Amino acid sequence: MGKLDLRRIALALAAPVLAIVVALVITCLILLAAGSSVSGFLSTIFSVPAERNVINILNNASILYLSGLAAAIGFRMNLFNIGVEGQYQMAVFTAAVFAAQGWLPGPINVIVSIILAMLVGAIWASIAGVLKVTRGVSEVISTIMLNAIAVSLTAYMLRKVGVSTGSNLATEEIPRDSWVGGIKLLSGAPNELLGLSLLAVLGGIGYAILLNRSKFGFALRATGTSASAAVASGIDVRRMVVVSLMISGAVAGLIGLPLLFGNSHSYGTTFQAGIGFAGIAVALLGRNNPIGIAFGALLFSYLTEQSNLLEINAQVSPDIVAISQGVIVLAVVIAYEVVRRYRNALEQRQVAAELSTSAPSEATPEATR
Amino acid sequence: MTQTMAVRLRGIGKSFPGVVANHDVDIEVRSGTVHALVGENGAGKSTLMKILYGVQKPDEGTIEIAGDQVVLHSPADAIQHGVGMVFQHFMLADNLTVLENVVLGGEKLYGIGDKARAKIKELSDSYGFGLSPDDMVEDLGVGQRQRIEILKVLYRGAKIIILDEPTAVLVPQEVESLFGNLRELKAQGYTLLFISHKLDEVLAVADGVTVMRRGTTVAAVQPKDVTARQLAELMVGSELPSPSTEDSTVTDDVELSVENVTLAGAGERNLLDDVSLRIHRGEVLGIAGVEGNGQTELVELVMGIRPATSGRVLLGTEDITTWSTAARRNAGIGYIPEDRHRHGLLLDFPLWENRILGHQDRPPTVRGPWINKSGARKDSQRIVDQFDVRTPSIETTARALSGGNQQKFIVGREMSGDPVLLIASHPTRGVDVGAQAAIWDHIRDARRLGLAVLLISADLDELIGLSDQIQVILRGRLVGEFDPDTVTPEQLGSAMTGAGEEE
Ligand SMILES: Nc1ncnc2c1ncn2[C@@H]1O[C@H](COP(=O)(O)OP(=O)(O)OP(=O)(O)O)[C@@H](O)[C@H]1O
Ligand SMILES: [Mg+2]
Repeated sequence: MGKLDLRRIALALAAPVLAIVVALVITCLILLAAGSSVSGFLSTIFSVPAERNVINILNNASILYLSGLAAAIGFRMNLFNIGVEGQYQMAVFTAAVFAAQGWLPGPINVIVSIILAMLVGAIWASIAGVLKVTRGVSEVISTIMLNAIAVSLTAYMLRKVGVSTGSNLATEEIPRDSWVGGIKLLSGAPNELLGLSLLAVLGGIGYAILLNRSKFGFALRATGTSASAAVASGIDVRRMVVVSLMISGAVAGLIGLPLLFGNSHSYGTTFQAGIGFAGIAVALLGRNNPIGIAFGALLFSYLTEQSNLLEINAQVSPDIVAISQGVIVLAVVIAYEVVRRYRNALEQRQVAAELSTSAPSEATPEATR
Repeated sequence: MTQTMAVRLRGIGKSFPGVVANHDVDIEVRSGTVHALVGENGAGKSTLMKILYGVQKPDEGTIEIAGDQVVLHSPADAIQHGVGMVFQHFMLADNLTVLENVVLGGEKLYGIGDKARAKIKELSDSYGFGLSPDDMVEDLGVGQRQRIEILKVLYRGAKIIILDEPTAVLVPQEVESLFGNLRELKAQGYTLLFISHKLDEVLAVADGVTVMRRGTTVAAVQPKDVTARQLAELMVGSELPSPSTEDSTVTDDVELSVENVTLAGAGERNLLDDVSLRIHRGEVLGIAGVEGNGQTELVELVMGIRPATSGRVLLGTEDITTWSTAARRNAGIGYIPEDRHRHGLLLDFPLWENRILGHQDRPPTVRGPWINKSGARKDSQRIVDQFDVRTPSIETTARALSGGNQQKFIVGREMSGDPVLLIASHPTRGVDVGAQAAIWDHIRDARRLGLAVLLISADLDELIGLSDQIQVILRGRLVGEFDPDTVTPEQLGSAMTGAGEEE
């Protein structure tokens, strides 16, 4: 059995590895066509990151991971929540404004801000959910629209409440006692792991438990695979749509917080954007599996970090890595299918072989039982 | 004269994880005949036919079609060699027309326009299918849907047509007209191969019968040489248990009452029109009717999936008209849906997770807000043992089970947790004669303990054998009540079609 399980694990890893290899090959072909240095690209990408880069990778990965989780919750329900971006912008903006007031002392201020961010994300996502179940509006369209609205709305509100420092317009700074300190992970690195990146770990554990152990998670997965069977079994599908979008939005609300409380301490025009979309890719790469998403987040984060060196080391534009990332996502979808077929064929052959070694006339009736 | 063989399969073997679905299968089908394939649930019939249709690849053995040895990699290959198949579970797109469904995937043959339309009309007319190309599939009954499936196959030029349990979903009149179609096709030189659990039908229409047992072919017989009993014994390898008749267990306590329920439809006619019925504890009420006359709507209404336009539904003395499906299930209503794939199962989930479906608010499958994995596993194993579900394990996905075994699992699940009322739509559809008798026994046992059953079935023998009272439904109305002790299938049949009804 042990041997079989090892093989299982190997097969599970085969798809993403295959996809990455394909993506690298395609990226190299593009570089060749563009007349850039392939060897320079490869040696830069595969160079061992310095300690401070490792910390960067972990920080970004945890943020990406939260975004991937948010997207995955929707995917499990067959809902395409493209709106993670808008949900987290709204949430982090609200949290920044609230926390900056300093109405509450230190850590309590942080906790309440976190809850507030989740609420705002949930409410923003619920608009799409309600539109879907009452008016039949596709969540893809409504969340895209809500993204656009969120961007304009936060920009507008920022102009109202923000303060200018140089060219940057930002909310007021959060009081010092509500800053969340970092974790000194590597002694050689000048930077630290963001304190709230632990939210990613909590989120991952919560996601795994919710999905696989809870009634709600069962209802979610059931609705995602067969809405008709869900209805017949008494699951309120409309409620599930709204609630799961809200949970997705609540998780999205966490995305901006590690940076807000650990690094920037205010929300401004330069605050990190685009994580919501990257999360969709990461969720796809990780097959909505909590560990898979972590893997995807680390990979994307690693590639992005390494790409910063491309310009200097290999005179290649870092944009090439965005292309690689896109190709990985495409390739992974195909690779999963290829590996799935291979695994089926393999299992069938194994069973056939096992059964044919024992006397067939005896083995068969037992096996069919 | 030696007739040519349309199909000859030799030494076919096929294994799935944990299961040998086929081994050493030999079968010969003369061309221009109707050939039947019979066997218990899980005997490997569908698998064998899927091999002949190129859906599954055999691990070993040879396939000869019209004398030529062939290797089939896909259904496209099979169609090239003139083999077409109608599956156990229909594969039509509801929101497309007949024309669109037929043409889908076969656009290269006659295009998608007038030529295709003409071809469909020609085929439909020459075999008496009575289909119009522009009808929406969602408006058609099962019999017509099945004819679309057959037409699809003919349209693609098949000469050998496989039908997997074509009669399971049909009422007797439709079975007759299907067999009429088959005879017509046979007369035109087509070869037909069909799977059925209804042995009387098999003997009536087939020219040759092959019996499968536990993955292999055990006998090839001529219908004139055997009786249905002998055939059944060949299938199971032992004598059949004979279902026993029983005294009435009907009590005076009303368990379900439906009072003047009306369900408005999109058109002018009501889907259900002033329907009233009562089922007592310990009573089975059978509903007879041609499919599409309101049975589905009645069941969905009692289950709370569709709200009534007017009227009331009571469980015991409680008015449940506005209750949700979940509340009704939790109050003890079990539900065997008519379409097991769409409504009864999560096909890609393991069996033990399917045990939770519909029981997600009750022990032993849940504990508080959490799934009780060990409870669900244990109870799934109980169902597997008690209902003789043939599966390698409860970790197997529902999809991997044969149709009849999926059905047995659903019946077992819905009879779990001592339901007070069982809504059973075609509870034995697709199960073999032995398992059918076993399911009937389970229902009878539960009835003796006070279960009330609303039974919908296309199988008139089942209705008559199991019911304490039979109501006939026609165009959304209950049009006649019969005593199962005295009624004959013929009487029921004519009431179902409205023959003898004054217009
Ligand atoms: N895709 C699959 N994966 C794994 N096992 C399978 C698969 N398809 C069929 N089997 C197994 O192969 C055996 C034969 O199944 P098959 O569907 O051929 O039975 P059948 O004779 O058609 O039964 P029924 O009368 O119930 O439809 C069963 O034990 C079934 O569980
Ligand atoms: Mg079958």
